[in-house]
Amino acid sequence: MLDKDVPEHGPRELTQNPLHKIWMPRTSPGLHLRPITQRRVCMTNCPTLIVTVGLPARGKTYISKKLTRYLNWIGVPTKVFNVGQYRRECLKIYKSFEFFRPDNEEGLKIRRQCATTALNDVRQYLSVEGGQVAVFDATNTTRERRATILKFAEQNGFKVFFVESVCEDPDVIAENIVRVKLDSPDYIHANSEEAIDDFMKRIKCYEASYQPMDENLDKDLSYIKVIDVGRRYLVNRVLDHIQSRIVYYLMNIHITPRSIYLSRHGESDLNIKGRIGGDSGLSDRGKEYAMHLRKFLQEQDISDLKVWTSQMKRTIQTAECLGAPYEQWKALNEIDAGVCEEMMYEEIQENFPQEFAMRDQDKYRYRYPKGESYEDLVQRLEPVIMELERQENVLVICHQAVMRCLLAYFLDKTAEELPYLKCPLHTVLKLTPVAYGCKVESMYLGVDSVNTHRDRPSNVLTQRSTEDALQTVPAHF
Amino acid sequence: MEPLQPEQRMRHRLESLASVPQFCNSPTMIVMVGLPARGKTYISKKLTRYLNWIGVPTKVFNVGQYRREAVKTYKNYEFFKPDNEEAMRIRKACAAAALKDVAIYFSKEQGQAAVFDATNTTRERRSIILNFAKERGYKVFFVESICEDPEIIAENIKQVKFGSPDYADRGYDEALEDFVQRIDCYRASYTPIDDEKDRILSYIKIYDVGSRYLVNRVQDHLQSRIVYYLMNIHVTPRSIYLSRHGESELNLLGRIGGDSGLSPRGQKYANALETFIRDQNIHELKVWTSHMKRTIQTAETLGMPYEQWKALNEIDAGVCEEMTYEEIQEHHPEEFALRDQDKYRYRYPKGESYEDLVHRLEPVIMELERQENVLVVCHQAVMRCLLAYFLDKPAGELPYLRCPLHTALKLTPIAYGCKVESFFLNIEAVNTHRDRPGNVDVDRDPEDALKTVPDHI
Repeated sequence: MLDKDVPEHGPRELTQNPLHKIWMPRTSPGLHLRPITQRRVCMTNCPTLIVTVGLPARGKTYISKKLTRYLNWIGVPTKVFNVGQYRRECLKIYKSFEFFRPDNEEGLKIRRQCATTALNDVRQYLSVEGGQVAVFDATNTTRERRATILKFAEQNGFKVFFVESVCEDPDVIAENIVRVKLDSPDYIHANSEEAIDDFMKRIKCYEASYQPMDENLDKDLSYIKVIDVGRRYLVNRVLDHIQSRIVYYLMNIHITPRSIYLSRHGESDLNIKGRIGGDSGLSDRGKEYAMHLRKFLQEQDISDLKVWTSQMKRTIQTAECLGAPYEQWKALNEIDAGVCEEMMYEEIQENFPQEFAMRDQDKYRYRYPKGESYEDLVQRLEPVIMELERQENVLVICHQAVMRCLLAYFLDKTAEELPYLKCPLHTVLKLTPVAYGCKVESMYLGVDSVNTHRDRPSNVLTQRSTEDALQTVPAHF
Repeated sequence: MEPLQPEQRMRHRLESLASVPQFCNSPTMIVMVGLPARGKTYISKKLTRYLNWIGVPTKVFNVGQYRREAVKTYKNYEFFKPDNEEAMRIRKACAAAALKDVAIYFSKEQGQAAVFDATNTTRERRSIILNFAKERGYKVFFVESICEDPEIIAENIKQVKFGSPDYADRGYDEALEDFVQRIDCYRASYTPIDDEKDRILSYIKIYDVGSRYLVNRVQDHLQSRIVYYLMNIHVTPRSIYLSRHGESELNLLGRIGGDSGLSPRGQKYANALETFIRDQNIHELKVWTSHMKRTIQTAETLGMPYEQWKALNEIDAGVCEEMTYEEIQEHHPEEFALRDQDKYRYRYPKGESYEDLVHRLEPVIMELERQENVLVVCHQAVMRCLLAYFLDKPAGELPYLRCPLHTALKLTPIAYGCKVESFFLNIEAVNTHRDRPGNVDVDRDPEDALKTVPDHI
């Protein structure tokens, strides 16, 4: 369908948004806005409701939280709605598994009520608050419950995608319970043995009425069945881009224990001069750091460590000192500062004061002229994250902005916090997945370096004084 | 600290030439499974094209072709009858010959993936392949296509079997009848991959052209990418239109890169494109542009919603941005020569290579596979990369594909390939195509270097 209100004298004039450098039509009064879309991940028009399915201790909440973290990181506003939490709010104190008995009418009423409340919040999030994906985290083990959800979704114009986790390996289930259930608010006053015993009985309550997604009865639904923690997957009717990305992600994650080490390159010559970007080599202190890093890794005694670097000299030089094979990724290159490459902050303020201010106004979305934004970086790094998920022990030697993006993914930091995460030189971060999150250990390896972290100054207006602009610039030579 | 030995340094450098790690330690055999007319060869060829494009050297080994070489003339379906001992012997020998060639491809030709395209419908045959692979340390990934929809099968037969050499001199009805009997010969002995008995194997089962998939034991990055690709492709008829932006101000000046607007002729092209698209009467067309002014201006004229992709931006020429070729020769003669020596892998200082571009464009290709009718308004180098993907052009040819201004290409998948229709929309434009000159030596004369530079103001 062609839009007939293109003015006679030609198409709309373009103007470049000064912050993220996107070309868009200059809007004049009288002409209504024709839709322009910037390529965002979620190109679906209707929001998506992801519905988990499975017995307790099958990893539904783990998957829900991880998937949500990933989707938010790539720019798809997503939120988890965990029905168990609603139940805990309703039922202040958890007594025992008896609450979950299928013949406990009172219990059933409360649980149904909680599911309804959660669905209402889902509707609020997706239809009113601008959310794009909602993850409805509950057992949803009966056909009846799932039918209710499908009807709710249809009434509200949401697409539904089921994620079922099926597992009968007793070791995996026991491990799950130890990892996440013992610390649950439900068992805060119980000892390990009591908790495990009660939880096993809880699972039993669901087993009798569990109706897994069925190849025939559910053949028109969109779903993925994850079997035995990812040994096998059954994927049915993937409808759109976002579902395809979700399936790809779920098929790449694993739960094998491992650690990810993040480090910047050693201090570089440009770092010392307070200049950003460029492709300089390591300073003497930077080389010293590389040696300390080598020693540190030897002491950590990591099995089968993979080492990744960018294609910039300073990360490669750092890796060379380690005496181990490494792989270069162009995607790990530092953010491209475009016309500001190799400048000091003082020079940026002098030559591009407006750009400098706009960057402080929205550091995540701000794109350097002929360069990149943090938002661009995240998109560039997505394949790195996907491969990190597949791998086990990895050391990533990268750069400040890149490390901030990766860290934000692992620690679930928002777009606002991301560009201000502290990633100092000569410090290794060791990330180890634990329960539903990530343990971080920060190891400063004892070699001095400049500080390259510039905080957001209080005055971000374009007409601010030079002094105000440069207030938070770290010291340099 | 011991410095790295020279051999170690060399290995690192060799390992790290591409912008993305290769992730293939042992070669992988992708083994097709399924009755005739289930799309095995279609999948084999498409997958091979994709893997080669993203930089994984891959080759198809179609056992049917070996059989055609062994048995010069195909008589009829009786060749495939399970009790035809003579034929069985020949067919087994063909499979063995194909396997032998797979081994040569891996060990002598630096192949990384081989697609073994045959029915492979019996456990016995699959065991032979598994043993063969195990002996040599190859990984095996099965791709089984299961379909019982008679319409799809009939359409398959129509699209690809009638054009087969086997049926070259036969009438439509005769060929169809014979092929159906051929399928029946396989049916009795067909043992699909079993979810229980074969649970240690790595495979994907595709049901009904992709409405459902079963994925078992994905071992590594390559298999994960293969699965993702297979799950995104479809066979719904559609067309993809590729066009560059209209002629730009910098085009007129013979300058590369930059972010200039359309010249007056460029604007005329945008208008002509709008008429052309309207006349094509395309159902639900999606329009994609880059983030650069000239593609967006072109799309604006279409009067339709469009999506901007940063990934579709023109190749970054780094320090050479906005230069003429003459200026590049003057300021960076060595770079200019290196580029002519290996235009695909050459990376501009502080810029990109075609190889980088391909990697950057991979998500665009993946989404193009998912979509139906799409018009992509992009740039010369970008369009070359996309075109090379659809037309299966190797890295050597890619940077020299002709993608002139003011010409729309319409790509329509047919049979195992892609039909291309080229539409010059009759608005004059400068030529921006620079052929590889005869002399690519670093110490060549400027005259030799600039021999193939197209005219400009």
